[in-house]
Amino acid sequence: MADHLLIKGGRVVDPSSKTDQVLDVLITNGKIARLAQSIEAENGTTEVLDATGKIVMPGFIDMHVHLREPGFEYKEDIGTGTRAAAMGGFTAVACMPNTQPACDTDTVVGRILERAKQTACVRVYPIGAVTKGRAGKELAEMGEMRAAGAVAFSDDGSPVTSAEVLRCALEYLKSFDAVLIDHPEDLSLSAGGQINYGLISTVTGLRGIPNESEEVAVARDLLIAKLTGGRLHLAHVSTKGSVELIRQAKAKGIRVTCEVTPHHLILTDETVLESGYDTNTKVNPPLRTQEDVAALRQALADGTIDAIATDHAPHHFDEKWVEFDYAEFGISGLETAVSLIIDRLVLPGIIDWMKMAELMSLNPARILGVPGGTLEVGAPGDITIIDPELEYSILPHNFESKGKNTPFVGWRVTGAPYGTIVGGKVVMYDRRLAV
Amino acid sequence: MSLRGKDLLSLREMSQEDMELVLSTARSLKEILSRPIKKVPTLRGKVVCNLFYEPSTRTKMSFELAARYMSADPVSFAKETSAMKKGETLADTARNLEAMGVDLVVMRHNVSGSCHFLAKVLDIPVVNAGDGMNEHPTQALLDIFTILDYKSRIRGLKVAIIGDVLHSRVARSNIFGLTKMGAEISVAGPSTLLPPEIEKLGVKAYTRPEEAIEGADVVYVLRLQLERQSKSLFPSQREYSNFFGINRHKLSYAKEDAIVMHPGPMNRGVEITTDIADSPRSVILDQVTSGVAVRMAILYHILGGRD
Repeated sequence: MADHLLIKGGRVVDPSSKTDQVLDVLITNGKIARLAQSIEAENGTTEVLDATGKIVMPGFIDMHVHLREPGFEYKEDIGTGTRAAAMGGFTAVACMPNTQPACDTDTVVGRILERAKQTACVRVYPIGAVTKGRAGKELAEMGEMRAAGAVAFSDDGSPVTSAEVLRCALEYLKSFDAVLIDHPEDLSLSAGGQINYGLISTVTGLRGIPNESEEVAVARDLLIAKLTGGRLHLAHVSTKGSVELIRQAKAKGIRVTCEVTPHHLILTDETVLESGYDTNTKVNPPLRTQEDVAALRQALADGTIDAIATDHAPHHFDEKWVEFDYAEFGISGLETAVSLIIDRLVLPGIIDWMKMAELMSLNPARILGVPGGTLEVGAPGDITIIDPELEYSILPHNFESKGKNTPFVGWRVTGAPYGTIVGGKVVMYDRRLAV
Repeated sequence: MSLRGKDLLSLREMSQEDMELVLSTARSLKEILSRPIKKVPTLRGKVVCNLFYEPSTRTKMSFELAARYMSADPVSFAKETSAMKKGETLADTARNLEAMGVDLVVMRHNVSGSCHFLAKVLDIPVVNAGDGMNEHPTQALLDIFTILDYKSRIRGLKVAIIGDVLHSRVARSNIFGLTKMGAEISVAGPSTLLPPEIEKLGVKAYTRPEEAIEGADVVYVLRLQLERQSKSLFPSQREYSNFFGINRHKLSYAKEDAIVMHPGPMNRGVEITTDIADSPRSVILDQVTSGVAVRMAILYHILGGRD
């Protein structure tokens, strides 16, 4: 007896086929089986979800999260992090290797996948470290990690500081068809910095991180990508200059992709001042200026930016309830991203639903080379259902994530993840976890 | 209009009205300092805690004496001998002090924004005695008080602030306070020690002190904050002194009756030469006296005098 899930009456938006119409979607044995205007449920064997008035998209993939396990389970673990992902409308997450120990061997990759099997409710794709201990010196065993299930490689949290190490890594990864995700930052320019360098750092007396600390690294990375022909992805770009450099590089045919976070698309450094030095506004790269936000939004629309990723960085309350300089960098983003993107970018008409699905599902799947990102027949039955009309307030104490650190507390938003389906299994529906 | 029970965190956020209230009260309270018995009973029974995470001579003593002259009881916290050495957080430390019945906390801290944080932690009022590179509002109020002593007005005065503006909370508070009261401010220092977009705060910025000092009524010399110089911002103190230190020659660009100010402690021979620091044009010790009166006024208004 086949296992069927039928999603009826939703507006299906699938960028892989440029579909945008009201359709029923049938998932059978965990895979997309059929899309049609009217599909009848088979008696007794079909679970039916009513998606009337909702938007049905290929499952969202957050290609940049910190699940903190192993080592920092007091901040987050794979169970809580993936429940947060499910609540946030993500059917898969790719987790960064800055754990303790770092995810720099096939053993740790295997351990993460094993824990995911036991505790995760969405798909977990480990990202392995580029260098041993993320120390930037010697290449980690990326081939072994790839074989064990790592989907990409990054020293995120830190840049690959040495241009020569980056060069070798990009060359070496060609044998394993995996993307290298760099965190672009010139540490000598950002040293000691707390927020964006500019008027607000002057007014607050907080040390500034100039845009150029990112752009110098982006420029270098692009040159090394050109030299090697390797596959480079730039994490959390935040400045006007960065997207200009990437736009030029893409025009020249350099193989590069990049992502942006919701907070860099929405907030500016003025939030630091307006919030009275709220440490939940402290994030790396820092919140930039209106000019940067406008340039990032433009780059989303024109295709320079390929993906939206949260850089979900949960921290313990105690790590943020301290003086600004002593607080950790990072924002807990999994449970706010979809609503913020709808409320601030889709509903105001900056991007459309199709573009949103491309940025949050199709492109992340293609960049990482993982299944999903599409509703074509035979694809995994991973689906995100959006309620475009639900209005609510962001209240971090309701987060599934252990990290309540968000600068969006109390924000009134319209639009929300309504359902999360992973391999035909409903893990979140009607804003409640089903697992 | 009342400051009762409120925090005093920054001059950026303080209204001109409130600043003038403090200044006029300080004017009348200053007389107490020259009485044979320097004590009024106004704040009897109130406890003021000095919570200093950074070294201080003037500010700490000044707040302590201000409290005593008003009959409040000052208590002090010193970082070196406190449980902070055992890892206690600022929030825990401060809430413990509050639990002991302290009425007001005066805090000095090396991290910008710490007083704003403390104000979120505590119900009792917080007075900023200098937070990192952000603000030192009571210093700027006493500076404005001192300028008024000599110039009788602020509006239209030309004030040159010279030196390490980047690291200076004194500069920021003076810029916010003096511009609100109508002064024209020029700042100057090596470009590495000028913060970005400083002119958006309504000041003119120069990289040569002579240009900022030209025609000034007040020359405000900032301390070179040697403890905050993390990078190679200038080659040597000797070179700094030659090009940016205030000496007789550079001062000659100011008006003849210009006064010279400095928040202390001075690096003599670096940002200011001894002959200028000790000259009749220097009002540096008047600033210190004004400081006690201004802090008496601040304690008076925030603690509300009597219940």
